[in-house]
Amino acid sequence: MLAFLSKRIALLAFTMLVVSALVFAAFEFTPGQVARKVLGPFATQNQVDILNEKMGLNRPVIVRYSEWLGNTLTGDLGFSTLYKTEVNSIIWDRLGNTLLLAGTAFAVIVPLSIILGIAAGMREGSILDRSISVGSIVTTSVPEFASGVFLASIFVIWLGWLPGTSSLDTGAGWSLWQQLILPVTVMVLYDLGYVVRMVRASMVEVMTRPYIRTAVLKGLSFRAVIMKHALRNAMIAPFTVILLQINYLITGVVVVEAVFAYPGFGRMLLEAALSQDVAVVEAAALFAVLVSVSTQIAGDLGYMMLNPRIRFS
Amino acid sequence: MANDGVLALTWNRVRLLKESPVGMIGAFLVLFWLFVAIFAPWIAPFDPNANNMDALIDPTPSAVNWLGTDNSGRDILSRIIWGSRTVFAVAPLAVLCAYAIGCMMGLMAGYYRGWVDDLVNRISDIVLSFPAIVLYIIVIMRFGASANNIILAVIFISSPQITRIVRGMTLELREREYVAAAKMRGESALYIMLVEILPNARGPLIVDACLRLGYTTIAIGVLGFLGLGLPPPDPDWGGMVKETYAMMSIYPHMSLFPAAAISSLVVGLSLLADGMREISIRD
Repeated sequence: MLAFLSKRIALLAFTMLVVSALVFAAFEFTPGQVARKVLGPFATQNQVDILNEKMGLNRPVIVRYSEWLGNTLTGDLGFSTLYKTEVNSIIWDRLGNTLLLAGTAFAVIVPLSIILGIAAGMREGSILDRSISVGSIVTTSVPEFASGVFLASIFVIWLGWLPGTSSLDTGAGWSLWQQLILPVTVMVLYDLGYVVRMVRASMVEVMTRPYIRTAVLKGLSFRAVIMKHALRNAMIAPFTVILLQINYLITGVVVVEAVFAYPGFGRMLLEAALSQDVAVVEAAALFAVLVSVSTQIAGDLGYMMLNPRIRFS
Repeated sequence: MANDGVLALTWNRVRLLKESPVGMIGAFLVLFWLFVAIFAPWIAPFDPNANNMDALIDPTPSAVNWLGTDNSGRDILSRIIWGSRTVFAVAPLAVLCAYAIGCMMGLMAGYYRGWVDDLVNRISDIVLSFPAIVLYIIVIMRFGASANNIILAVIFISSPQITRIVRGMTLELREREYVAAAKMRGESALYIMLVEILPNARGPLIVDACLRLGYTTIAIGVLGFLGLGLPPPDPDWGGMVKETYAMMSIYPHMSLFPAAAISSLVVGLSLLADGMREISIRD
């Protein structure tokens, strides 16, 4: 167990190292461009050269990468050329906002998809099963920006019940929760389908097992069979899937934050990438990988605990 | 494992689709958009990039512009029709290339095992640990926004996922008798992988390819929406939503129609995949 964990953490560190080197290399085309972006199109070549000198951009890649790596390891994430401030002074707020959005979405997705998946999977092929399955396929197939457009035209433009942008600024008269409803709904609709299908598939499989037949034949009520015998066994396989879903949530966050102008991590990443702000993109990419890989590790560990037949070495 | 059998079996599967209403709806939606994309020049009432400034007085749907015009006075119906070409040009090509690479890597990892397997797995692990959007943003930022680069990004992100599926199936299929028989006959490893193993893995792969076409369509749309898609003025559904989204409170039709177009195509692909999965479980 401990050996498994340390091996996975070492792999995580290695992955992050590779990722950071890749991002660094990706932005390494013409070093002059960073200074050019900062100074704007009317700066003279001389000014650009001076800034390059000052930012140390004229030194070899390896030197700058190892310097960046050293700084990052000591907690200094560098200077953002887009936001004109330390990366550390913006990224934590943004991460907090995104945590609020993604956390709320996750808190809705997990129970809802388990209930729907079990309701669909307990009687395979029933009308309820078919409607939940087809319904979840449809919601998962609508891109987030499209469902954002659909929901906004109903609830913002037509009914006027909710705000169209979620800047988290309560000055305009919309409470924090009202601002969260639409972005969270869009994420839930898109991410729900996959987990529902996994829970359903697992439930369908469990329902064919001999111990379920035994439980039915010994005269237990359908309800007792589901609650006491099927539920726990059906939850093992989807557990990992639910944690892997966090990876999709990160992707969803970038789109949803762009749709609703939400001041989160995803929009920061997009804006930074559009203006070649290496420091912010590096930090954001590392966080994204850290979150997705550590949830994968947590998924494996949880799987191991739920299913005593599996032991990793 | 005769080759003519493969074609016949695939055709049987297509005919079986008639028994799945959901699959038929999906097939209808996909064929509808395919038809629109192929015949775009004859169906579209206007040039998709022509600006009709007079229409800006009232850009809402009318007898002339059935779906109205956008913020630059361009006919939305014509732009949606031409936009389907973008999707059908980029998505299938990207998925096909990703499959070529993913199948080859998966077959080699599953067939040779040992260090080849380890290497392929490590590479897949690293690519898969990235959230897709971060990869898309970085690839597009590094190489610029164009159809080719979108295809490259899709290949980069999809092929490790395909590798995993193919590897898993190869590990199972390589133990079959017909593989042993082919080895006994002295067939080359490449022949065994491509002729003996791959065709027998096709069931799940066809379903996955169909779903993946849907994901790729979403990815193209999302990139367009985020401003990382094809450069203007050529119509692309995600880009159309992006350009008009700010005006939604006054003219919601400008964003609604392209959003409905992309949604209906992806829903069609997903339903088609579901119909095919249903059939493959039956036989």
